[in-house]
Amino acid sequence: MEKNIRVDYIARVEGQGELIIKVVDGAPETVQFGIFEPPKFFEAFLVGRDFREVHELTSRICGICPVPHQIAALRAVEKAVGIEVDEYTRQLRRLMNFGSHLQSHVLNLYLLAAPDYLGFESAIPLARENPQLIKKALTLKKLGNDIVEVVGGRAIHPVSAVVGGFTHIPGKAKLEDLKKRLMEARKSCEETVQLFSELNLPEYERNEEQIALTHRREYPINEGALRSTGGLEAGEDEYRKYVKEVQVDYSWAKHSILEGGGSFMVGPLPRVNLNYSLLSDGAKGAAESAGFKPVVHKPFKALLARAIEVLNAVEQSILIIENLPKGKTVREDTFKPKAGFGCAVVEAPRGLLYHAYRLNEKGLVEQADIVTPTAMNARNIEEDLKGYIPTIADLNEDEMALRCEMLVRAYDPCISCSVHIQRIR
Amino acid sequence: MRGKLKVAVVKMTGCAGCQMEFLRLEEEFMELLENVEIEYFVMAKRDNHPGPYDIAFVEGSISTPRELEELRELRRQAKTLVAFGDCACTGCIPSILNWVPPIASSRVYEDFTAIHSRKESFQRILPLSEFVDVDVHLRGCPPHKDTILEVLKAGLLGVKPWLRLHPVCVECKLKENNCLLTSEHRPCMGPVTAAGCGAICPSVGRVCEGCYGPMSDANAESLAKVFMEECGLSKEDVVRKFRKYAGASRAFIKVAGGV
Repeated sequence: MEKNIRVDYIARVEGQGELIIKVVDGAPETVQFGIFEPPKFFEAFLVGRDFREVHELTSRICGICPVPHQIAALRAVEKAVGIEVDEYTRQLRRLMNFGSHLQSHVLNLYLLAAPDYLGFESAIPLARENPQLIKKALTLKKLGNDIVEVVGGRAIHPVSAVVGGFTHIPGKAKLEDLKKRLMEARKSCEETVQLFSELNLPEYERNEEQIALTHRREYPINEGALRSTGGLEAGEDEYRKYVKEVQVDYSWAKHSILEGGGSFMVGPLPRVNLNYSLLSDGAKGAAESAGFKPVVHKPFKALLARAIEVLNAVEQSILIIENLPKGKTVREDTFKPKAGFGCAVVEAPRGLLYHAYRLNEKGLVEQADIVTPTAMNARNIEEDLKGYIPTIADLNEDEMALRCEMLVRAYDPCISCSVHIQRIR
Repeated sequence: MRGKLKVAVVKMTGCAGCQMEFLRLEEEFMELLENVEIEYFVMAKRDNHPGPYDIAFVEGSISTPRELEELRELRRQAKTLVAFGDCACTGCIPSILNWVPPIASSRVYEDFTAIHSRKESFQRILPLSEFVDVDVHLRGCPPHKDTILEVLKAGLLGVKPWLRLHPVCVECKLKENNCLLTSEHRPCMGPVTAAGCGAICPSVGRVCEGCYGPMSDANAESLAKVFMEECGLSKEDVVRKFRKYAGASRAFIKVAGGV
């Protein structure tokens, strides 16, 4: 028997994607996670732009994760021109990215993914039925946005992070206010972990390779070494040595594969698996209570990992504010141009994000290379669908389509990000 | 006041930042649901309905035939069509591509034609007004959520939204900021940029980069001259500054084109 599943425009994910699946006698024959979101050719038009504006431009790759795009661009450019930022800047950037992860994760968990498991078409009828739940989510989401705004000057496409540091120091009163709200938010975060441990997430399992940043002493978010569940250990400079891209004719997004290997997963699940011991105390406790034991290879459990990271982001933010060293501001034009090459890998909410730039002696971009987490996950999403479909093959086509969408939403793909990920050769 | 407002939020070629700003109406969300019926918003819901709509917020520029077809249908279905954010109003950052020779962008994919035959792209970033009549230009990258609320409130009241087309300088003065252009000779785009952001950049010690696009009657040539004569910018620097959020707009195209 043949079943055809077509989702023309996947809902409750960012961007324009589709699913085309053909199942014959319970086995997947065609599985395409296609992206019709038009490409924006960032790597093409970044050529000739000034090194001090690269982060401002690449921020516009994604409205959900502008912060990691800015930080990846800043770090890559700073490496190219040989700038080392102080500890104050480093910690403020971490705080800003944890805020970014918090708002993005809460959006995915409550507004995009949870309605599937609670029996609603979206968070709108869910909000009418259970206003307390959605109000709690919106309060957490606002907290994440407010962290970014206090540190970066604006919640979406922040303005005060520049090459070499920040143009503005957040006032003590504002940071103290954030800290107070973060302390109060812990309870909602714990409830979030509990909710997602009770939601009956499918137990489908596949032994895929998972990659994340790792770090010696802090939960990695803006820097670290690459490590995988399959034994990969590499520095960020070696990213391109291990990850290759292939073009597929049904999608504007290229697929990433490991050199000599196959697809791989990035995102909250790999991060929590590979950095379990570095989670904040509360997050570790909540993970234990939820029965999360690394290494978990169940893609739907990415939702639980994301919930654990919500609590982790809140607690890490508190620690950063409590231990923030003194620092001073820089101007956006403080640093002078220099020729060079630099690359950086950071953790975006959806996983690894790679930026690399070659600059000429005037500080203008000669070559740009950006690989986003959704591009890295694209092939793995298809592989997971192939493995998952036989377990749901007795359902009707509509029901199967919904289940496949739910698997995609567990990855929280960001399709806008994925379509300008290509290197100019 | 009238009944519930039927609203569509649609994404074309953009970064979803405008939709994210819409979703940043966190404190207003519950109250919004009492007055607004979200009929179409693929990023937020699974059951989406065809028009007619009272207001269609269209984020992003038009860069594929599929998007163009969708835009024309939205124009037929929407009483008020809102160009939602800079990409829709002026092309924003991705419009820098319009100045790049096509050969450079085709190098991004090794085999461009393989994808292109199945998923077409104009390889040009064009604002909505190139193709249809636009009722409201909601500027900004992203437009501040208060301006989104203003459009919704105006829709409920049946009046035109009040959006500010005076320069950022007005907001900057209200904040009592030191003028970065006149006192520090730094190249601030404030004098030609539409207000609405609250002068956030000068307020954190950084020059305005112009992310709300041109104000009404912007004198780009004059500011370009100031940048070169008083701020020490080269002509290439000036071209880059104007060829950014709204390079192809009528107000900026001369300077952005290097004329």
